[in-house]
Parts: sequence; structure tokens; C-alpha cells
Amino acid sequence: MRRRSWAALLWGLLLGLCLWPGVLPPLLAPLAGGEAPTLDVPLWRLTAGHLGLVLLAGALVLLLAVPLVLYATRPGRAAVLGLVGALAGLGQTVPTLAILALAVPLLGFGPAPTLLGLVLYGLVPVVSNGVAGLRGVSPDVLDAARGMGMTARQRLWRVEVPLALPVWWAGVRTSLVFGVATATVGAALGAGGLGRPIIDGLSQQNTALVLLGALPTALLALTLDALLGLAAPEEG
Amino acid sequence: MIELQGLTKSYGDTAAAAVRDLSLTFPAGRVTALLGPSGCGKTTTLRMINRLIQPTSGTVRLAGRDTRELSPEALRRGMGYVIQRVGLFPHLTVGRNVAAVPELLGWPAARVRARVDELLGLVGLEPGVYRGKRPAELSGGQAQRVGVARALAADPPVLLMDEPFGALDPLAREALQGKVLEIQRRLAKTVVLVTHDIPEALRMADQIALMQSGELAQFGSPDDLVRRPASAFVAQFMGQDAALEQLGGVRVGALARPGDAHGLPRLPAEADARTALALMLRQGTDAVAVVGEGGAVVGVARFRDLGHDPRSGDA
Repeated sequence: MRRRSWAALLWGLLLGLCLWPGVLPPLLAPLAGGEAPTLDVPLWRLTAGHLGLVLLAGALVLLLAVPLVLYATRPGRAAVLGLVGALAGLGQTVPTLAILALAVPLLGFGPAPTLLGLVLYGLVPVVSNGVAGLRGVSPDVLDAARGMGMTARQRLWRVEVPLALPVWWAGVRTSLVFGVATATVGAALGAGGLGRPIIDGLSQQNTALVLLGALPTALLALTLDALLGLAAPEEG
Repeated sequence: MIELQGLTKSYGDTAAAAVRDLSLTFPAGRVTALLGPSGCGKTTTLRMINRLIQPTSGTVRLAGRDTRELSPEALRRGMGYVIQRVGLFPHLTVGRNVAAVPELLGWPAARVRARVDELLGLVGLEPGVYRGKRPAELSGGQAQRVGVARALAADPPVLLMDEPFGALDPLAREALQGKVLEIQRRLAKTVVLVTHDIPEALRMADQIALMQSGELAQFGSPDDLVRRPASAFVAQFMGQDAALEQLGGVRVGALARPGDAHGLPRLPAEADARTALALMLRQGTDAVAVVGEGGAVVGVARFRDLGHDPRSGDA
């Protein structure tokens, strides 16, 4: 695989530039009749909070998805595997906003409902790619591993997981990058982050303010995607 | 030595058992072929030896010891296992593939490294060239050579081979069969070879167990099966091979080529090729010396040339 290290560098530099105090607002000023959009919190703090929420959700996703995938793909668990597949499919069809809105009465305003939404959505690609990766391991390879005397545990960690990892990692990457975008919606529920200027800008019909949140969000997603691509395990 | 006693595997219905009441001894240091048509239970039998399949009843003894006394993993680490589709680990180098069982057994790294190079050399792959390659970079024949090296890595006394040459093209198959025979002459493993290919069984095996519908049809030397079939099924199965049948109409003289006839059994040029095959099987050679009218050697007829009918010009 070609390692696109230039992408991580480029998007990272652009993101850094946008977050530098006093750089982005004057550039957007022409869109707001010459008046630079202002924020009560520095842009870099909104970004840090945004990324923190996404990464926290990502960690929770991994904590839930890894054992779930490993459990469901062991031999003789076809029923569990079917259930997991059905739930993952269902997860994809329910709108983000619906989950977030339903979570508010339970968890109240603040970052908690957004975190719940991010975890539920983030689970889908990680679980389905994990299952696909593990089920894609050749039966001949597994037969050879068993026939040479590997225990079930050795087969899992020495053969199955390494072979499933490229596909699985792609799922983690999708999950986190989507999380960056999804987390903006959470600002409506008090989660803060880069969604704040977007939502404020929409209500004030201020395009400059919208872009003040949207540009760093896009650059954050691109940077994260490029970095995760660099860290991807090699294809077997 | 591997002894099967009353070995049975049935899936639900006992009348249609995959293997039924099979008793058979695989002699130590010899190649025994499990031969038969597809569905005869030969692979099931092989997989019961290393307990990839649990027998419904009966016992498997390895060197006199019931294999159920060992954990399946410990048992399998003492038996090399080669399968038709090879099953190399695609994420590991050739060297790490060969090192797999020694690593499971916890050998020190230096010993594993030396062993990997020794085995790659043994199967005819230059260690310096192949050690670091990925399985995806190998041809089918090379991959199966690595498969054989991997199976032999921890020097197990037993080698189980399930159609090991079945996926190879004729040239690679011929070469690897020869290589395995050469290795076997040096290492004298107890080899169980599953095959449906009659010429392969005749060439490779010291003993052949011919199976039919989960039962033993005949157990004997290749010569026994060809010349003294125990039943109509055996005669028909061994005779169904067109090449073998054809050999009866080919003169050895037509197959003779220049070569070193030293130490080979001698046969007059007028004899048919089927007799030549029987002679090779009995004497354990790969060729016979062809003797002309005056009693002088006119050439050598080789096993690998038997398959080509000289009359068809396909030589």
C-alpha cells in the first residue's frame, strides 16, 4: 500500500493554521459583510473538546466491539453472529438525530447523549468489518493451523486477528472519521465542540460563523483519516 | 507405527458411516497410501489420526500408545500435516511459516533459524532467496515445498499428507513427488498419504490401503493390488486407470532411452511396460534396464516415461 504521508502533513498543517488565533476569522469576514465572526471560546479549545469526545467514543467503541466480535465469530455461535449482523444493519438505518433526541430525556443536556450516539454509530463499521475480516480468513489456513497443533487461542491471536486486521482497521478508521462529523450535531444538545459555531451561525444566518466551525471540522476529519491510514497494518 | 483398531466415524446414521470398523497398521518408516474414490473415507481416516475429527468409536495408537492420552495439540505437534491447498500463513514470510511448529514448541531462536534454513535446503529452495519471501510470491509447486518443509520442521516421526500434490500441474507434481521420495529415503518417516491418483500411489507408497465406502477393500504392496486384487472392486478400480491398462500394449523397447543402467533390474525389450512397472514396484526402483537381443543393455525405461504412449508421439 502506498503510504500517503504527504496528506497527513498537508491537512495537519492547514488545520493548525486555521486554529492559530486570529487567522481564520478575518479571512471569513467578507462573508459576513466585512465583520469578522467572533467566539466566546478560542477555536482551538472547541476543536480539542470535539476531538476529545470523538476519541473517548472511539475508545468505548473498541472496548465494546472487540470482545463482541471475537465472541460472535467463534465456531458454533452462528445465532449470536446473526443477531450481531442484524443489529449492525438496524443501527445504520436509524437517523443520528433521532438517537440523539431520544437520548436527551434519559441523559439530559451535555456531552452524555452525544457520547451515546457516537458510540452506537461508531460500533457499526467496527463490528461489521471485524466480523467480515475474521470470516474472510481462508479455511485452508485455519485447517493448517489446527493441524499443526495450535490451540484455539493461538489460532486467534497468531493467525485470525493478524489476517483480519487490515479490514478491521479500515472499519475503525471509518468509525472515527464519521464520528468527527456526527459530533457536530451534538452541539444542539449542549455537547460543545465545533458544532457550536455551526449551529449559532445557522440560527443567525451568518455563513462566516458556520464556516468557522465547518472548515476545522472538515480538516480535522481529513487529518485523522490520513493519520489512521498511516498507522494501518499491512495487507497480508 | 500407527495402529487403527475398529475405527468408526458416523454422522448420525450408522448405516451410512463415513468410516466403518477400520483396522489397519501403518508400518513405521514407510509410506502407506490411503487410496480410493472420492467419498470412500480416506480423508476422514487421516483426520482421525491427528484428531481433527473425533472418532465415533475405535482407537488410534501411536507407537503403542492410545492417542487419547495426549491433548489434541500435543498429538498434532508430533505429526507433520500437509494439505492439498497448502494453507501457508499469508501474513508471514516463508521462513516464519516453516518456523511455526518449532516456535509453538518453544525452541530457542537460533535453533529455529538454523532449522528453517536446513529445511528450505532440503525441499530444494535456496534459503537466502526464499526465507524472506511472502507466500503470495510463490508458484504452486514452491508453496507446497514450503508446506512440506513446515510439516517436517519439528522433525515429527509421522507425516500426514492429504492429496499433497493434487493442486499442482503435472511437471511440478512429478518434481515434488520425486523430492518427497528423496527426503523419505533419508528421513524414513511414517507417512500416511491420502490420494485418489493410482499412479501416484504406485510410485510413492510401500503399502497401499484401498478403501471403498468407508471400509478397507485391500491392504498390500502396490504389486499385490495390481497383480493380485482381492476382489472385483479392487481389480476394477486398479484397472480403471487407462494409463495402466495401456501399458500392457506398450513394449519396453519403445520407451528405452540412453541412461545409466547400473544396478537397475533388467528386462528384455520385447516385454510390455506393465511388466516393467511391476518390476520397478517390486525392486523399489524408478527405472529398468532394457536388454536387447544380444543381451546388451540398449537403454533405460524410466517410471516417468510410462505415462507417455510412444505410439502417440507425445513424448
